[in-house]
Parts: sequence; structure tokens; C-alpha cells
Amino acid sequence: MDNTHLLLALSGTLFTLGLVGVVVRRNLLVMLMFLELMLNGVLLSLAVFTQLLAAEAGAVLMLLVFTVAAAEIAIAVPILLLLVRAGHTLDPGAYGGLKG
Amino acid sequence: MIETVFLMIFSFGALVGAVAMFFLRHPMRVALALIGTMLSLAAIYAELGLHVIAVFQVLIYVGAVMVFMIYAIMLLDVRDRSFTERFSPLLVAGLAGLLLLVGVLVDGLLRGEPLVAAAVTEDAFRVGAFAIVFMDEFWVYFALAAVLLLVAEIAASAVIDVRRRGRDAAASGKESGRG
Repeated sequence: MDNTHLLLALSGTLFTLGLVGVVVRRNLLVMLMFLELMLNGVLLSLAVFTQLLAAEAGAVLMLLVFTVAAAEIAIAVPILLLLVRAGHTLDPGAYGGLKG
Repeated sequence: MIETVFLMIFSFGALVGAVAMFFLRHPMRVALALIGTMLSLAAIYAELGLHVIAVFQVLIYVGAVMVFMIYAIMLLDVRDRSFTERFSPLLVAGLAGLLLLVGVLVDGLLRGEPLVAAAVTEDAFRVGAFAIVFMDEFWVYFALAAVLLLVAEIAASAVIDVRRRGRDAAASGKESGRG
């Protein structure tokens, strides 16, 4: 296995662990962190292909993804704060009423 | 040779941090494990020659996103069921999904053909070269993304403001009803 395959395997593993973490953990904050782990896995594969293809556009795309990730967390955390203020718990099972 | 050794060390560090996130109970420890994974990934980016991405990873992810997350953890120190019970009832289904995805990954790697790298100049992804390309070709897209994000932030603020006004109106109606 060469370096590229090693890093692509790591990228896939990080994404998989993040996805499973979102499903199996019970704490909303921890689930948010597993979402970030998934995004990091995707970014690693993007970085590998950017370097492999010598594509500067890939690096710019990564900058955009970083920016969007920062904005996402800036919106997600206040939503979480509002939820916890209303429901007094970080257990997602307590917010079944949001299903509509 | 030494490059491969460093890549393996940092890959192992990233993997250990990600796996530790599953088993740590307190969200603060989970956040520290995630920070370890992110720093290992920054080291991998630097090892690949993507210096500008390594800088972004440390500045934006570790310096901004995770610090914000740690503020939220400190603010919401809730010791409820989500703290005492780490895993949801979907644990078995999640582990089955994990095995399935790992199987697909291993199969893809075993059947994958070797990838051929394009010729890349030594300083293609250093900060200076990246800045020149960025300001020459891509600044419009970045400005467009910034405008979209600004609209999203304004919309989020507006939603909170509408909610607050509705609550204030309900409270004043209740008081006038008493009077």
C-alpha cells in the first residue's frame, strides 16, 4: 500500500467513524463533534487528490469548505443552546416533538 | 522513507483520536481527542506539501471551531441521561453499519489500481503562491460564498428575533389580561 492509498484509507475510516458516532452516541454536543470528524475525513481525501493532481482549485475549494464549516458551527451551537434552554437536556431522544 | 514513517505516525495519531472519541464519556475529553485528530491531520497536510491547508486547519478548525465548541461545552455542563449513558439504542445498528462500511473500504482498497501523481512544483501550495492564484482567479467565488454565509447569519438572527418578539407579545398580553 503506497502513501496515497494509506491516506485515502484513513480518510474513509475517519468518515465512517464519524458517521457511526453520529448514530450511536447520545449527547448532542458529541454528535456535533462527530459531524466535524466526518467533514475532516472528506477534507483529507480532497487534500490527497489536490496534491495528486496538482490542482490549485482543490486548495481553494478546501478554503471554502473551511469557511462554511466555521459558519455551520457558528449557527449550530446557538441552535443547540436554544434547544437546551427549552428542553434542559442534551439527549436527542427528548426532542421527539421536533419530528412534526 | 522518512516521509512515509511520519505519515504513518500522524495517521495513527489521527485514528487513535477518532477511536477515543467513541469511548470517552465527558464531552470535553471528546473535544480534546478531536483536537488531537485535527492536529495530526494538519501535520499530514504539511507533510504532503499543502502548507496553506495545514495553516487553515490549525487556524480555522483548532483555533476557531473547537474553541467555540469548548465554550459551548463549558456553558452546557448538563449531567443528565446523555452523560450517564454514552450510547443510544441504535448501538447495534451503528456497529453493523460500521462493519459494512469498513468492508466496502477494504474491498475498494484491495481492488484499487495504483494512482499516478501529476508533476507538481515544489512551492505550488505554499502561502505566497496560493495567495496569487486565489486573488487572480478565485476571489469572486469566495466573495459569493461570503455573501451567502452573511445571508444565512442574518436569517438565523431574524428567526431568533421573531421568536423573542412573539414571546414578549405573549407576556404583555398576559399582563394586560391580569389588569
